[in-house]
Amino acid sequence: MSSPAVSDNRTALLERLEELDGVRAQANLGGSQKSLDRHRARGKLTVRERIELLVDRDSPFLELSPYAAWGTDFPVGASVVTGIGVIEGVECMISANDPTVRGGTSNPFTLRKGARAHDIAEQNRLPYVSLVESGGADLPTQSEIFIPGGRAFRDLTRLSAAGIPTVALVFGNSTAGGAYIPGMSDHVVMIDGRSKVFLAGPPLVKMATGEDADDESLGGASMHARVSGSADHLATGEVDAIRLGRQIVRNLNWRKRGPGPSRPADPPLLDPEGLLDLAPADLRQPLDPRDVLAHVVDGGRFDEHKPLYGTSLVTGWASIHGYPVGVLANARGVLFREDAQKAAQFIQLANQSDTPLLFLQNTTGYMVGAEYEQNGIIKAGSQMINAVSNSKVPHLTVNIGASYGAGNYGMCGRAYDPRFLFTWPNAKSAVMGPAQLAGVLDIVGRASAQAQGRDYDEQAAAAMKAAVEQQIESESLALFLSGRLYDDGIIDPRDTRTVLGLALSVIDNQTVEGLHDGWGVFRL
Amino acid sequence: MLVANRGEIARRVFRTARAMGLRTVAVYSDADADALFVAEADIAVRLPGSSPAETYLRGDLVVAAALRVGADCIHPGYGFLSENAGFARAVADAGLVFVGPSPEAIDAMGSKLAAKELMIQAGVPTLPSTDATGLSDAELARAAEDIGFPVLVKASFGGGGRGMREVHEPGALAEAVAGAQREATSAFGDGTVFLERLVVRPRHIEVQVFGDTHGNLVALFERECSLQRRHQKVVEEAPSPAVDDALRARLQDAAVRAAQVLDYVGAGTVEFVLDPSGAFFFLEINTRLQVEHPVTEAVTGLDLVRLQLEVAAGQPLPLAALTPTLTGHAIEVRLYAEDPAQGWLPQSGRLEAFDVPADVAFTNPVGPGIRLDSGFATGSEVGVHYDPMLAKVIAWAPDRASASLALAGALARARLHGLTTNRDLLVNVLRSQAFLAGDTDTGFFDRLGLDVLAAPLAGDEAVRQHALAAALAGAALRRAGATVLGGLPSGWRNNPTAAQTVSFDTAVVRYRHTREGLAADVDGEALDVVVLDIQASDVEPTDDARVRVTLERDGLRSAYDVLVVGDRHFVDGPDGSSVLVKQPRFPDPQDSIAPGSLTAVMPGTVTRVAVAPGDQVEAGQLVVVLEAMKMEHPVVAPTAGTVTDLHVQVGQQVETGAVLAVVEAPDAGKAPEAGGAPTTTEGDPRAS
Repeated sequence: MSSPAVSDNRTALLERLEELDGVRAQANLGGSQKSLDRHRARGKLTVRERIELLVDRDSPFLELSPYAAWGTDFPVGASVVTGIGVIEGVECMISANDPTVRGGTSNPFTLRKGARAHDIAEQNRLPYVSLVESGGADLPTQSEIFIPGGRAFRDLTRLSAAGIPTVALVFGNSTAGGAYIPGMSDHVVMIDGRSKVFLAGPPLVKMATGEDADDESLGGASMHARVSGSADHLATGEVDAIRLGRQIVRNLNWRKRGPGPSRPADPPLLDPEGLLDLAPADLRQPLDPRDVLAHVVDGGRFDEHKPLYGTSLVTGWASIHGYPVGVLANARGVLFREDAQKAAQFIQLANQSDTPLLFLQNTTGYMVGAEYEQNGIIKAGSQMINAVSNSKVPHLTVNIGASYGAGNYGMCGRAYDPRFLFTWPNAKSAVMGPAQLAGVLDIVGRASAQAQGRDYDEQAAAAMKAAVEQQIESESLALFLSGRLYDDGIIDPRDTRTVLGLALSVIDNQTVEGLHDGWGVFRL
Repeated sequence: MLVANRGEIARRVFRTARAMGLRTVAVYSDADADALFVAEADIAVRLPGSSPAETYLRGDLVVAAALRVGADCIHPGYGFLSENAGFARAVADAGLVFVGPSPEAIDAMGSKLAAKELMIQAGVPTLPSTDATGLSDAELARAAEDIGFPVLVKASFGGGGRGMREVHEPGALAEAVAGAQREATSAFGDGTVFLERLVVRPRHIEVQVFGDTHGNLVALFERECSLQRRHQKVVEEAPSPAVDDALRARLQDAAVRAAQVLDYVGAGTVEFVLDPSGAFFFLEINTRLQVEHPVTEAVTGLDLVRLQLEVAAGQPLPLAALTPTLTGHAIEVRLYAEDPAQGWLPQSGRLEAFDVPADVAFTNPVGPGIRLDSGFATGSEVGVHYDPMLAKVIAWAPDRASASLALAGALARARLHGLTTNRDLLVNVLRSQAFLAGDTDTGFFDRLGLDVLAAPLAGDEAVRQHALAAALAGAALRRAGATVLGGLPSGWRNNPTAAQTVSFDTAVVRYRHTREGLAADVDGEALDVVVLDIQASDVEPTDDARVRVTLERDGLRSAYDVLVVGDRHFVDGPDGSSVLVKQPRFPDPQDSIAPGSLTAVMPGTVTRVAVAPGDQVEAGQLVVVLEAMKMEHPVVAPTAGTVTDLHVQVGQQVETGAVLAVVEAPDAGKAPEAGGAPTTTEGDPRAS
């Protein structure tokens, strides 16, 4: 803790965290101060106020994908807030439009963020609560939305079919396609004088049929509660709608299916504050994951598996907030044959004992070179990727540093469907490091020039190399990746234990069962 | 020995009786079935019903109970049958011993007019007065002029301030006499009242006398009981700061003469009114043990109940009583379940906490100390049928100031929750310059002002801190009771945007736990405190829960004990106590009470309905009269308007909070239709 490098880490991390605070502050403001003021002037609660009131007092709330659409043409946050909160003692997926952002209209990132929330709800059996107030599709981007966007309605009823209740609280407009959100939900609350749910508004009806009809008769809450039956509850106001929403969840008679926590949930050995000193700002710094675990797992207890074999990867057993986990964590960047095989064996063991797995990524990829190729690094890496792919226990992934190359796959990257994937602010991910990638391009270019017999323009090559290096560097940053929803959010390293504890409890809504078909555990 | 009484005095008598080897018998009403004195008696006999008239005033039932259990004697305590000569006779006729004076002495003192005549004959100074019976209004006015205003209208057979009215100008006389007669008739079955001169800035001084059947009659010094509310004593002490040795000798001499006229046997009290010049006038003789007898016990070292029992057994008074000594100073306060700030409104309900730090109970402390005489404990119900006195707390010390401050300290540290008490008033009185200076008279409360004396011990700043402690305690209990994610940090957010908000009836608290510590405000004003510890006692979340919250502010550390009972948060700290009622986070629209509703402030019976639906009423106009705790409570229209609803009729029992009637102001209830326009008022989550 006293070495200069350590305090450099803290300084760098705090800078990153401040940058992230700024990004979130922008998203939290909604569309603009003006649209926020207008919204409040109508006596309406902001989207986050609605959520705060919906969840149990003093309970934790994990906002998902808060940086969605960062670095794109769309507002950061993507005009929707999704997250996991506790309502009447039930962990729920909450998805809430932000009507101050372009009227709460959906853009392609809104869709992706919503789809991710649906996936999490389905995989983990979370009741799905929609707080609806949206002007529908962001029309300029309709071509990217209209066709894939139908998924949202399909997902809702599929959740219901899977026995996962869906609840819609309609705070305002929910028209045209949006009408199917309450339409496809199991329970619907509308607000007297506020909710507006119809397929077509007065102008379109006039155009289509010549009928003169007003908003209220086409889609008012009172009409839906008394006449059409599209609403189950008529609320007197926003607070009342939230009260009714909580009442609905209270009566879901929800039971978690998982085994529940089974270990003492004592605090970690070391204060999580120390993680800021550990998280490497310069990814070339070595990081012993055992030090990280001492700040994260219950009592700092970590029972290592095969500690003397394949020492570039650490495997072992621990618990977080009482939930047992098997941990795979890179210890020295590169994965060798032994490490890959150790991982594949360990994943089988976790499946045999129905234990969720936690991947702490800090890898530069599998080892290259003639010796290693001849030694079967592809075979071993394939074994590991095979095991990760077909493992049935829930996986959690945290990128705490580097996640490069096929190491990202073997360590359960996004494409390998971990239940949750979080990123530390210092982390990076790409096919390879920027310098290596630029270097590779340089070598390939040089070889190509040589083959074609032309001169290699060293100056242009250097400029190209620098440009590529910069592009790859910026595209491998946590915020860039989070903006594209390649994770479920960047987390403060000091929150790692809390976030993982919450994730493990969420996972516990579903049964926790490993793969039990076929062979016994292969000793690899 | 059977005690024909209840509550603390029954326990007090039991204590001495037991020490003397007697077996004890209680009688109890249905309302007292769970009371401590019933559980403590060796045998308890039920008196069916709950009203005093059905139970503790039924001498026949009490005598029958005594005969049934084979009791030898009956102690009447104070109040109820203690000054009922018929009862004393019935006891004697049944062959039992009545612990008290002869029926003749009771009779002689029962009529205040007759008593006064006797005293005049005995040469005891009395106040000019006239019997009001049968006088026309004009005759009344003349009589009052003779006596001189202000005059006091008093019931002949009354006591404890009932059937009593002060009249300061002739115009109010007739109504006061009629009211006193009405109250006297209903309370004592005899409406006889008389007029008497009212002494200005009077002190209430009384002399304890004791006689035996061997011809001994002794005065056991005076008590001062000037601090009274509605003519009921609140603070009593011995000796009086206004009485020097010479005055004491004159008072004792007058008291003994008064008792001698009656051949007085047993414990009695001769009450005088003392004016600032040192002149005193006879008021009455109470032929029983007084509520405030412990202060006499404390300064004399005697056990007055023991003396009563010994005298009743025919023994002579012991030497210690015949040659009494006056040592140190004793002060008693009556701790009432009442709200001084609301016209001393009696309170009823469950005592969620009742813990007075005391050294002894029902007996004299050895050396300086606190004595507690109470019939209640934590969990006791304070009913509507009887006097709401929770306890007598008595301090003895070598000097008056020490006794006063010790008593104030004990009261301030007491844990009293569940209903409003006069504790803060008592502490303020005991710590006041006026009281410490001995500047006491019966106008004390009016002169110093209830706004000052009834001010809560906890100041605004303390209440803010209490509100925060209550909010944090509630949060701790919610976390402890959480079925999921209870182990995660309280209110954790990865994207914090709002604080947790808890609304109490008197304060809105916002708090958030950050990495840097607690960020909190009360009513929008930041409160910079460090949370050192929050310790919830190990209880089921549904039970009443206790949480100790230790906070540090400006380097000063204080611990607050928070007792959570439903929505009520009772906070005790070194800076006073608070009750904070958590407001519902989501008000149910069906629960809202129509504006203009008049509600019952306490459980009671509707004795009068003064309006009909549709009536136009003025602000302050009488709508309904409730009778509760033996008092009439007028319910008046808060504003001018129309009576739109009337929910009660005469004789109906109502609970606290029941809507009695609705008075709609002319421009109320005409809010525009909600329609599509956003006219509905939304709750603000920051205020929920």
